[in-house]
Formats: sequence, C-alpha cells, structure tokens
Amino acid sequence: MSTTQLLAPNVTAQHWADPSHPDDRPFIRKYVFSTDHKTIGNQFMFMSLFFLLVGGALAMMIRWQLGWPGQPMPGGGVLPETMAPGGILLPEFYNSLVTMHGTFMIFFAIMPLLVGMFGNWLIPLHVGASDMAFPRLNMMSFWSAVPAGFIMLASFVVEGGAAGAGWTAYPPLSAVPEYSGVSTGQQLWCVSLIILGFSSLMGAVNYITTIVNMRAPGMTWLRMPLPIWSLFITAILILLAIPILAGAAIMLLFDQTIGTTFFLPEAGGQPLLWQHLFWYFGHPEVYILILPAMGIASEVIANGSRKPIFGYPAMVGAIVAIAFLGWIVWGHHMFQSGMNPLLGSSFMLSTMIIAVPSAIKVFNWLGTIWRGDIHFHTPMLNALAFVAMFVIGGLSGVFMASTPVDIYIHDTYFIVAHIHYVLFGGSLFAIFAGIYFWFPKFFGRMLSPTLGKIHFALTFVFYNLVFFPMHNLGLGGMMRRIYDPNQYGFLEPLQPMNTFVSVFALALGVSQLVFFFNILWSLWRGEKAPSNPWRSNSLEWGLASPPPHGNFEAMPAVYRGPYEYSYPGRGEDFWPQDEPPDGGAVHAPTGGVPIPEGVPQ
Amino acid sequence: MPEPASTFGAGIDSIYYIILWITGAIFVLVETALIVFIIRYRHREGRVAAYTHGSKKAEIVWTVIPFLLVLFIVYASNDIWLEVKRADQDGAAPADALPLRVVAKQFEWNVTYPGPDEQLDTSDDFVKRNQLHVPIGRAVRIDLESEDVIHSFFLPDFRVKQDAVPGMTIPVWFEATRTGEFPMACAELCGLGHYRMRASLTVHEPGDFDRWQAAEIAAGGPPTGDSETDAERAEESDVMSEGEESA
Repeated sequence: MSTTQLLAPNVTAQHWADPSHPDDRPFIRKYVFSTDHKTIGNQFMFMSLFFLLVGGALAMMIRWQLGWPGQPMPGGGVLPETMAPGGILLPEFYNSLVTMHGTFMIFFAIMPLLVGMFGNWLIPLHVGASDMAFPRLNMMSFWSAVPAGFIMLASFVVEGGAAGAGWTAYPPLSAVPEYSGVSTGQQLWCVSLIILGFSSLMGAVNYITTIVNMRAPGMTWLRMPLPIWSLFITAILILLAIPILAGAAIMLLFDQTIGTTFFLPEAGGQPLLWQHLFWYFGHPEVYILILPAMGIASEVIANGSRKPIFGYPAMVGAIVAIAFLGWIVWGHHMFQSGMNPLLGSSFMLSTMIIAVPSAIKVFNWLGTIWRGDIHFHTPMLNALAFVAMFVIGGLSGVFMASTPVDIYIHDTYFIVAHIHYVLFGGSLFAIFAGIYFWFPKFFGRMLSPTLGKIHFALTFVFYNLVFFPMHNLGLGGMMRRIYDPNQYGFLEPLQPMNTFVSVFALALGVSQLVFFFNILWSLWRGEKAPSNPWRSNSLEWGLASPPPHGNFEAMPAVYRGPYEYSYPGRGEDFWPQDEPPDGGAVHAPTGGVPIPEGVPQ
Repeated sequence: MPEPASTFGAGIDSIYYIILWITGAIFVLVETALIVFIIRYRHREGRVAAYTHGSKKAEIVWTVIPFLLVLFIVYASNDIWLEVKRADQDGAAPADALPLRVVAKQFEWNVTYPGPDEQLDTSDDFVKRNQLHVPIGRAVRIDLESEDVIHSFFLPDFRVKQDAVPGMTIPVWFEATRTGEFPMACAELCGLGHYRMRASLTVHEPGDFDRWQAAEIAAGGPPTGDSETDAERAEESDVMSEGEESA
C-alpha cells in the first residue's frame, strides 16, 4: 500500500525553526517567561539543582548530629537560637531537618530533575516536534513550581519552624500543632505541595498530549527512545497520583486550620486514612522517581555500548508492568500500621511480583553491554553505576517486602539505606548520566570530562561508604528519625559506625561541589559542543547545539528505531533515526510533509 | 540483629536468612557479570559490537526464574507472618495469654497490669510507666493504644513492632524465651521527644514475676514506676538545658 500521499498530522500547527529569521524574542520572553521547552528544561535544571543543594545541606546537618551528637556544628553558630543555640542542633530542628530533607529531595530535586528537566529537554526533540503541545501551560508549570519551592523554603523562617512530622506527614502529629510544636510550617508544607501538584499536572497533560499527538511521521510507538516511553508512562502516573496527594494535603490543611477531623480520631476521623491516601499516591510516586531514570540509563547504556538495547519490547513491557503493579503495592508501607494483617499478605504478593519487571530491566541492561564495544564516557560511567546500585536497592527491597522480616526492619535505618540506594544510587546517578549526556546539546558546551570523572569516582566511592553501612545500622535496630541514638544503650555500640557514615557523608557532600563547579565553569569556558558528540541516533543529535527555537526546520521523518548501533556493513557504528535509507537528506517543504516511501504509519 | 528472645523470633530470622542467601546469590551473580562484561567488552581498537536486538528465550528465562523465586519467598514468609499477627484468628492471642494494656503518649509508655485476677479493668489493676514486665514461657497479649499521635511499639530482641494508633486498639502478642532486661523503643516519629521515648522490658522467671507483682501491689501508690522522677523528666524535656549540658 502506498502511503506517500498521506499528510503528517499537526504540521501547520507547529512553528518550525526558520534559519532565515533571527531569533528576535526579547530577553524576558527568551530566558524568563519563555515558552520554549528547551529553556523551560534549563530552568527546571537550575531550580532543581538549587534545591538539590538545599536538600544536601540539610543532610549534612543531619549527619553532623548523628556523627557527633550534641557537639556544636562547625558554622552552626550562624543559625538562630530557635534552631541551633551555640551551634548545637535542637531536637525540634532536627525533626524539621529530616522532614525537609526528604521533602526537598523528592519533590523539588529528583522529581523536577527527572520529569521537569528531562521531560522538557527530551520529549519534543525525541518525537520530532517543534515544541510541547501546550507551550504556555508548560511555562506556567515551571512558574508555579518556583513559588511552591520558595514557600517550602520560607517555612524555615516562620514562627515554630519548618514542618517536623516527617516527609510522610502522618497525622495526628502533622495535624495538631500542640503535638509537633509546628503550626505555620506544617500548613505551608501542605500549601506548597498543593501548588506543586498543579505544576506537575500541567506538565503531565502536556507530555501525554505531545507524545500521543505530535510524533513525527515514522516515529511509531516502538521506535520511541526509551526515555520517552518512561516519561510517557510517568506522566500517566503523575496525572493519576498527584490529585490524590493534593486532595489528601487539602484535607490535612483543613484539619490544621478550619477544624475538620478527617484524620483525627476524637470526632471519628481515621489517622490511617491519611496513610492509605498518602501511599496510594506515594508508591506510584516512587516509580515516578525511578522510571525516567531507567529510560535515561537505557539510552546512555545503548550509546556507550554501541549496541542496540537488548530486548526493547521487554523493556517497554517492564515499564508498563511496573507502572500498573505500582498501584497495588502501597500497603507495603503499612505492614506494621495496624492495617488488617491479611491485607499485608496480599500486598506482600503484589510487592514481590513487582520485583520481576525490575529484574527484567536489569538483565536487559546486562544483555545490552554483553558483547558490546564499551566506551567509558562520563555519562556511561554514571549509567553503569546506576545499574550496579539499582540492583542493591532492588534486592534490599525484597527484605522489606517480606512481611515478617519487615516487622524488624520497618522504620529502621535499613529503610533509609534502601531508599537512598534507589533514589541516590538509582535516580541520581541516572540524572548525572543524563546531565553529562545532554548538557552539550542544550548549552552548546561540553562538560569537562576530567572533572566529570573525578566527580563520578568520588561520588561512587563515598556514596557506598555512606549508605551501605546503613543496612547494618538498621539491622542493629537503629530507628529512623532519632535525634540521638545514644539515648538507647543497645544503640551505643553503633556510634562508631554512625561517625564513620557521617565522615563520608560530609565527603560525599563536598564532592558534589565538583559537579556544580563543572556546570558553572563549562557554561562559559567549556569546549564548544559539536552537534553529535556521542555519535548517537535520536533526532536531537542532528540539530545544532543548542537547537534553534522551533527545533527542526521542517518536520523530520523517522526511518528506524533509536538504537541501531553497530549495524553490520555500515561504515559508522551508529545510524541516526532520520537518516533516509539511501543516505540522502529529505526535507519536505512546510505545510504538508509527503511521507517518504518506507516510512511505516 | 540481636539474638531473638521470643518464640517466633527465630522463625522471622530464618526468613531473613533465606532472603539474604537468595538475594546475596543474585547480587554476586549480577554484579560479577556486570564487572566481567565491563572489562571483557571495553573498547579496544578494531572491536565491533555484536548487532543483536535480544533473545526471546533469554527474556523468558529471566522472567520466569525471578517470578518463581519471589513466589517462594512469599510462600515462606506468609506462615510466620500469620503466626505473628494471628491474622487467621482475628489477632487474638493464645487463650492462656497474660493480658496487658500499653498506652503510648508523648513521650512515655504506660503499662497496665491485670493484677492477680489476670483480668484488665478490675480493681487490682496497676499501672507502671516505661516498665514492661512479663514472665518467661507464657504468652502475653497487649492491647496497644495511643492517646495522642502515632507511636510504634518496638521490642528489637523480640522481633515485635506495631504502630500504636490513636482511636484504635491493636492486639500484639509474644512469648519470651529468655530472661533479662531488654530495650523497648518508639520507632515512629512522634514529635520532639521521639528519640528518648524509651522504656525497658524485663522478663522474669514465673515465680519472680509473681513476687515482683506482689511487691508492686504492696507498694501501691500512683504509677511512678519510672526510674526517673518527674522532676528529672521535666528537666530533660527542657532542651535548652540539655544542649548546654552536652556542650
């Protein structure tokens, strides 16, 4: 069947790049209130990295207190009396630290980096569109995340301090100021997350619409790069999960302010209702925080191994399976909560089964590097670390999924170790991989490979020295979120290990300065980036670095999947998705793209 | 992990070790393969990567094997879980269990003992703060409650952990297998004093337990079984002075 006369969708609606006209947008439309997805991606990067620094600084303070309990913190004298008189952290401030560390890292660093930054950077370019489907909504998504972040940050300086009921904000502690000693801060926590929820929703509808509607001709579902598959599924999870969080946060805010008792037992409310709502959001959220990381790692590993991704359909299927199963496992956070233990059994089953698609992904990554031609560029090092660390995080999850074992390790440092192996060892290493990989495309400068490798080596070593011993702390019985473990005689022998962890946590924190310095230095002094520094296949690498406003000069056509590396008989070991089979460039005039022969619909 | 001191402690630990062996083996296999591949297939002049999109057989193998393994872990875990939670009997403890009530509040544990009649809510009940005393070799049933926020009743040596939720009475049971004094902790963030919401659990020989109980009843008076006086406690909650002490 001939398809040459079909017109591709959305052609006239898109504003393609026009090289004959200079980009004459005024400064404020170009860099501040920009509707260009690439600029918005960059904005998300700077915002999230700022909050990554904030969250990291909070972690340093937590580790100071645990490493040297009750000792004045160096530089702690600058903190006000209500936080650290004489540099000694107060227990109530410590509770705010653990709460805000988790909140900032999850909601304002990892999530906007993976979804806000990579979603914006990659989706239109990878599917061959000029921009997002709703560019203004996209701008609004970013500009509502900013006030949400600063409201959260401002809660440190209001009376009573920042929220201190844990990032999970279990009521009644989070709902009644007399219990936590925090009133305004706890309300700002809810307000900030409600606003951030709207930001995420605006992003999610945009991503879904763009991916469904605006794929270039030939960009079939099974030719989409895996980051796009993972972001697509992630956007669906966000669209369904975030309203639950926002709804629960509104109910909690009402309990705090206007006297409702949704979660307070005095008038018939149910504290466990919050946990069900929170984790019904919270467990899909866990996959929101790891699926895009898996997509990025897949892209970088195929590129670094110069090999097609092993088992692409299985990889896609595993993403979909994880997203589906992710909705029926939330009860594993509540095994010891007083929920009916028979429910615990069924949640154990669903939780264990979700290990299977995760295992499929790991084996396929191994299959991808097997018999490859591995180039150890900085993105690849970080992506391999992602696989190695995700394996540990995934396997430690099996212990917690087993209900009887969870009795002992629940709410101990074993959980802290697990979440950091998944979110730092997993998500953050993938984020590093992705930033090293795509920074040249969006800023036109390479990040220094030397600094990148130093940063990688220090991070990898210190990271493991910090988080692996936490498994042992947890098995030793050390509870989470305790200000001073030495209150308990049985935890005193663990103090040397806590000090050890803290020493390397501080070292890990300091090593991140190499990364931030690399970014700032390379922005102005980095080597100019060629259009395709990693000899990669997806559509963005055929464009200038950075790509012009409007991205493509005309709608691109896609001839093959994104992982055609080392195709036998080709001179090059890569094969761009938009290179026509005969090797000549085909660019149709705007206003209607005749779809070339050989492009399946 | 501390040596288990309850009847189901060893069973829980055996599941832990089963999982440790299985995940440990997978960990070694996967990480070894990763390292071997990284070294074996590193870029060298003239090296050409194999062009393959995967293998259906491999996908089936590494889907089915993990699936069977996790089903085995679920199977192995579930019996001991049901035994610990007595879920098949609506949480009811063994019939001859000694009934106790533990009420958590910021930041202490109040234990109500049934007295010689072994019935709660009778006139011979007495209350001890932050002291849980139980006899060895006999199941105890604890009705766990909270007055204010969520706490978590954690006996590390006994492999017991259960959240105390305001508005709910949650049954907990265990049977001690060793005498001695053991730590009791709060495992759920419950506010400013969470980190020092500690108590102790003393396991007595049966005769000792009766003597201890008789002595407590003879002593009578208000429930101030705490090792700390109220004045000390008030001072401790004054964090300013605590900070200065540590300095």
